[in-house]
Amino acid sequence: MRSAARLATDFAVTVVGAFGLATAALLFAGAEPLSAFSALFRGSLGSLLRLGYVVNAWIPLTLCACGLIFTFRIGLWNIGVEGQVMMGAVWATWALRCYGEGGSPVLTVAAAFAAGMAGGALWALLAGYLKTKGGVHEIFTGLGLNFVAQAVILWLIFGPWKRAGVASMSGTETFSRDLWLPAVTAMRLSPAGLVLVIAALVLTAVLIRYSRMALRLKALGNNERAAPMFGLRPQAYMLLAMAVGGGFAGLAGTIQAAGVYHRLIPAISSNYGYLALLVVMLANYRVAAVPFVAFFFACLNVGSIQLPMVLEIDSSLSGVIQGALVLSALAVHGWRSGVTKQGRAP
Amino acid sequence: MKVELRDIHKHYGAVRANDGVSLTLAPGTIHGILGENGAGKSTLMKVLAGYTARTRGEILADGRTVDCGTPRDAARLGIAMLYQEPMDYPQFSVIENFMTGLSRGLSRRETFFRQQLDSLSRRFRFSLDPDRPARDLTPGERQQLELLRLIARGIEVLILDEPTTGISGEQQEALFGALRALAAEGKTVVLVSHKLRDAEALCDRVTVLRNGRVTGTVEKPFSQDRILELMFGALPEPAPRRDVSPGEEVLSVEGLWGTGGRAGLEPVSLRFRRRETVALAGLEGSGQELFLRMAGGLVRPGGGVIRLFGREARGGDTRLFRKNGVTFLPASRLEEGLVPGLTIWEHFALLEDRGGFFVHRRESLRRSRERIRRFRILGSPETTVENLSGGNQQRLLLSFLSKRSKILLLEHPTRGLDVDSARWTWRRLEDARHEGATILFISSDMDEILSAAGRVLVFFNGRVVLDKRRDETDGAEIGEAMVGKAGASAAGGGNGGAAG
Repeated sequence: MRSAARLATDFAVTVVGAFGLATAALLFAGAEPLSAFSALFRGSLGSLLRLGYVVNAWIPLTLCACGLIFTFRIGLWNIGVEGQVMMGAVWATWALRCYGEGGSPVLTVAAAFAAGMAGGALWALLAGYLKTKGGVHEIFTGLGLNFVAQAVILWLIFGPWKRAGVASMSGTETFSRDLWLPAVTAMRLSPAGLVLVIAALVLTAVLIRYSRMALRLKALGNNERAAPMFGLRPQAYMLLAMAVGGGFAGLAGTIQAAGVYHRLIPAISSNYGYLALLVVMLANYRVAAVPFVAFFFACLNVGSIQLPMVLEIDSSLSGVIQGALVLSALAVHGWRSGVTKQGRAP
Repeated sequence: MKVELRDIHKHYGAVRANDGVSLTLAPGTIHGILGENGAGKSTLMKVLAGYTARTRGEILADGRTVDCGTPRDAARLGIAMLYQEPMDYPQFSVIENFMTGLSRGLSRRETFFRQQLDSLSRRFRFSLDPDRPARDLTPGERQQLELLRLIARGIEVLILDEPTTGISGEQQEALFGALRALAAEGKTVVLVSHKLRDAEALCDRVTVLRNGRVTGTVEKPFSQDRILELMFGALPEPAPRRDVSPGEEVLSVEGLWGTGGRAGLEPVSLRFRRRETVALAGLEGSGQELFLRMAGGLVRPGGGVIRLFGREARGGDTRLFRKNGVTFLPASRLEEGLVPGLTIWEHFALLEDRGGFFVHRRESLRRSRERIRRFRILGSPETTVENLSGGNQQRLLLSFLSKRSKILLLEHPTRGLDVDSARWTWRRLEDARHEGATILFISSDMDEILSAAGRVLVFFNGRVVLDKRRDETDGAEIGEAMVGKAGASAAGGGNGGAAG
């Protein structure tokens, strides 16, 4: 039984360790740690507009993390989540581009969401299929498919979907205004995304806690070799978990395209998929902790954008802190389980 | 070098693999270590070879206490072990493998090692092509390569773990010749085996282990009965004829064969009926494990037919077998039977097959409470299974059996259980049998085989060498069949007619 005091200690050690590492990195780079941290804070929560940016990052991060909860549950490293976000955005863009004179904006947007989720899910199934039938580890297929997805986006932007006359890294033609998700202008924030992400969190929590599917995923993840005992087909559940995970990632991609950028851009996924892997690990694979960790990571990401201007240090500081956090968390976790293992030995 | 092992203990948690073993290995002798699987022979040898750290106990080399805690320590003393699995690099050539660990410094000195390999090969009459990759060699040749490498390194004590498994008769002769030559030079040779024949052919002295303890040491010439008794304990008198009322045929196999395990399984045809209790005896890896797993639909057979209740079943289709009432309970409970991290009630929720999207939490909790009470499991519905003791894990597995379990396939149903839990387990299984179930179980415990089974099959080297009603055989015959000494008359006794 893990006591609350122990959890608090773990958390404190993790945070101190991470910020210790980040401070060391800052000192090494010749920057003032305190002013860097305060710049991070002001840059993320300093104004309503900035808070809006944070929430805009929080939404895809949380959606991807929700999907990853399912794949982690069965023990799959769905590193291809990044590409699944991209393919979600591509399919959603395709649906939105089909909108023409006399079409229904509501139906088109709904179709875009369906297409985005399907695109992410199918891209994930591709990795899942290579894993279950081809025996290729999902990390390799996922990573490979991420590059393929990126290439597909670039090809579309510079090829079939290029803007009339120009083809540039700034992306495709902006969608018709009719198709933009409604937004709070002061925060450049779309409430639809916020509603969706909260629905996703609730859905994930309910599924994980009460559904037979989640129990089976956990059983297979903890001990695949016991599958015959319970008449479970591991491969079917792997594919299912990948499809669910990819669906959530595709939803994130759809919101990025339809709600944030209103077009397809090369960096549509903004590494939120990779970052979500860290979020879920730091949240210790628990849904309840995901929104908070994701919010913290979103703050770091948005806050660090200003760093080069304010302090002349690179914005990759946020990456340093995020990485250090996860490393510290894993170290604390490993240390804890190592201690208990030794303690249990007779 | 004279080696003394004094009061060696090796505990894995509550399991005592070695429980106070004392043993003296004299130079110039070939010393056999015999025992059933799980008797502690391999553990003891791994302790001596520094491969496994002992819990406590002393090792003396020529009267001096030595540490021998790592393979490097052991190697420095000249103690080397020839493992059952070849420890070579398959993609390296013979000469490269030979040089590995011998060649020091910058230069490979390949010419020197080629000469050494050549002269050693000639001395022991092995024929190894130095330039062939190790992966193209037969198991016997790989063993020869490994042996020459160890000898070139300089050894005083050579330990061989089941060296005659999977090698040809000719290679075995060459190996035995080499071992005799080494002993004649004053080296100490230790042969770990469960094959009586090997020990008789080669050893000067045999020490028998049972349940982690030494049960006796005997000198040449050996009395087979004495060794069997030391291995399996005093053989109990045959039990009175059991009340057997076998019903119709429920499971049959025809020409069933497969590969895997140590010996694979040669084509076999067998029939099993309702309310039969059949022991599958045999030393580990003799084919019985493979047979049971194919019969349970867990392993796809190489060929042959499996019929469940008269209907042909596609081999390896686990879910089909399960649907037809076949339940397989594995020996490694926590590895294959239960899911660590899940609670008892969650296991019942997994077993619940009423369908539906949500977990039937209340129903599963109720069922788990009822089973915990009925099966006297020390735990609550919220206990995670890895926190249960071995006996309670086995009780939990048994509690998974339902009325629909018609064919029970069990691997070592009472292994690691205390006497009380073991008896209790068999009472439950008897209940299931009276309700019409057929029970096939693997066991290496002679007492269990003799007391529980109504029919005994003995596997040796992938073949069924004995198939008899329990009341028509006895421990001596079964024990002999297990070590490959079955009389020709015993084999092919009959397919299932035996229990009628």
